[in-house]
Amino acid sequence: MTSPIITAADLVKQYPGVRAVDGINLSIPKGICFGLLGPNGAGKTTTIEILEGIHLPTSGSVLYKGEPLGTRYREEVGIQFQHTALQEFLTVRETLELFEQLYQQTMPIPELIELCSLADILERDTRKISGGQRQRLLLALALINDPDLIFLDEPTTGLDPQARRNFWELVKLVKSRAKTIVLTTHYMEEAYALCDEIAIMDKGRIVSQGTPAQLLSEHFGDVVLQIPNADSADRLGELGLNAVQAGDMLEIRTNRLHHTLQQLMENGINLDRLRIRAWTLEDLFINVTGKKLST
Amino acid sequence: MKKFLAVLHARNMEFLRDRSALAWNLAMPFMLVIGLAFTFSGSNKEIYKIGVVGGSEKLHSAAPALQSTKYIQFIQYDDLDTAIGKVKHHQMDMLIDVSNAPKYWINSSSPNGYLLERIIWGAEGKRFERQTVEGAEIRYVDWFLPGILGMNMMFACLFGVGFVIVRYRKNGFLKRLKATPLGAFQFLFAQLVSRLLLIMVITAIVYTGCNLFIGFNMQGSYWTLLFVTTLGAMSLISIGLLIAAHTASEELAGGMLNIVTWPMMLLSGAWFSLEGAQVWVQKLALIFPLTHLISAARAIMNEGATLSQVMPHVWVLALTSAIFIAIGAYVFKWE
Repeated sequence: MTSPIITAADLVKQYPGVRAVDGINLSIPKGICFGLLGPNGAGKTTTIEILEGIHLPTSGSVLYKGEPLGTRYREEVGIQFQHTALQEFLTVRETLELFEQLYQQTMPIPELIELCSLADILERDTRKISGGQRQRLLLALALINDPDLIFLDEPTTGLDPQARRNFWELVKLVKSRAKTIVLTTHYMEEAYALCDEIAIMDKGRIVSQGTPAQLLSEHFGDVVLQIPNADSADRLGELGLNAVQAGDMLEIRTNRLHHTLQQLMENGINLDRLRIRAWTLEDLFINVTGKKLST
Repeated sequence: MKKFLAVLHARNMEFLRDRSALAWNLAMPFMLVIGLAFTFSGSNKEIYKIGVVGGSEKLHSAAPALQSTKYIQFIQYDDLDTAIGKVKHHQMDMLIDVSNAPKYWINSSSPNGYLLERIIWGAEGKRFERQTVEGAEIRYVDWFLPGILGMNMMFACLFGVGFVIVRYRKNGFLKRLKATPLGAFQFLFAQLVSRLLLIMVITAIVYTGCNLFIGFNMQGSYWTLLFVTTLGAMSLISIGLLIAAHTASEELAGGMLNIVTWPMMLLSGAWFSLEGAQVWVQKLALIFPLTHLISAARAIMNEGATLSQVMPHVWVLALTSAIFIAIGAYVFKWE
């Protein structure tokens, strides 16, 4: 494992009457995409903004490359906030040039334009670009200082599915340049597609952390069989199989796949539309937080 | 320096491309100056003004009948030369000095002075020694021009800077800048310089444009006027920066800006002279930078005052600028 680029120890953020962050410990290795997931109000934005150096923790510490956050951190980190406005009446090119002037070392703007596919909108007013184009521009601004560490706070919220997938490709491209990315997202498929490691937060704490595959295998040792919900429910109960209704299907959890399938066939259960579903991060999320991600 | 220039350029572009705001900033003072010039083009004063040197008690014993005459306003002066200057420029109709043997001054070309002389002869006889001064009239438009321009500068500086920073804070742009190596002082100084450049250019355009129609009186040096106006604008902008340094609420900022602008608009002599007002009102007016800006500009334009003569105003404007910017930078928060 590579050395951590950023570590957080015993982070606490206390607001009047609310402990938004409650003893978080993190160590994020260089070059990975780290996902911070959690329901609304779990404390992930507060946590990420403490890591970004935007807010100070009530207690605890954050170290970047082994040192406390300071002027060097501002030069070497890239941030895309969840909600950001830009200077009005400037074009995309002028906005890039403005931010370029704020750093000592920068990525060449032509390279940035190509990387983030901004060539077609360079002379457009930033107030008149689409949501996807805006997110690409905000990512370009986060990359303008050629940072080692990039924070992306829910970067695809509000984008249509196509724009979201285009953004994922962009993030993968950035990741391929050996950058470290810290990502918060509401979309489990996004976390699965992009993240090498995830941490799930709830009520200010990390309730589960690891690689997606590792967490899924830790939490789910079985598989799910889905069969049409005809009149089979009673018969499944008689067979000792615990079936749960899921839409117009019945779901059966089993860790003895071969045996269960044989049992169903022998008892004449209709398997014409049988599906075997793998566990997803969404299932994991519900399992560890007891909540759906959108709640 | 690179960061400062980048933010300065961006803010200038934002202002210049916001055409509706730019047009309003140019059109409002034009309309005010030209509108008021027509409104007050006639002499519609309802009372005569007599300056008094030597105190009202001595005046009472020297000229009791005159003092009880209606429609005459008596204004006390300590400095005889200043008071004579007012008569010279038709800003006062007559001056009476009762500190020694009673004398009066009138401007030989002033109709009001001519009439007051008849009144004083009728009320007190010809006991007062007659003195005359010569000097061209300062028209009301010449008198109120510095006030109008100063007031326009006040609104542009306070609201133009205050509201913009609060908007930046509210919509998250300041938070985005906080994530960069840009310092608070660099940001605030860029806002100050940007607004200063723009307001000076706009004021110069408005002055020149109005001057083509009206032809203003300018007795002093344009360079002195530019210096004083620049300092005045800096002082007013720094008040805007101070008010906007901490709040993210446009409503609160608007309220605070109104609390500052209304007293300045009423008491700094933009619309009417405070010479006849209560002493405490005159003292209170001195705390406002706009009072010093307008007083210095009027002295330069109407009386030909030199820089050394307006230095008290210059010091106040420089000190208030430095103090307000320092406090603003200290209490400034990005979010």
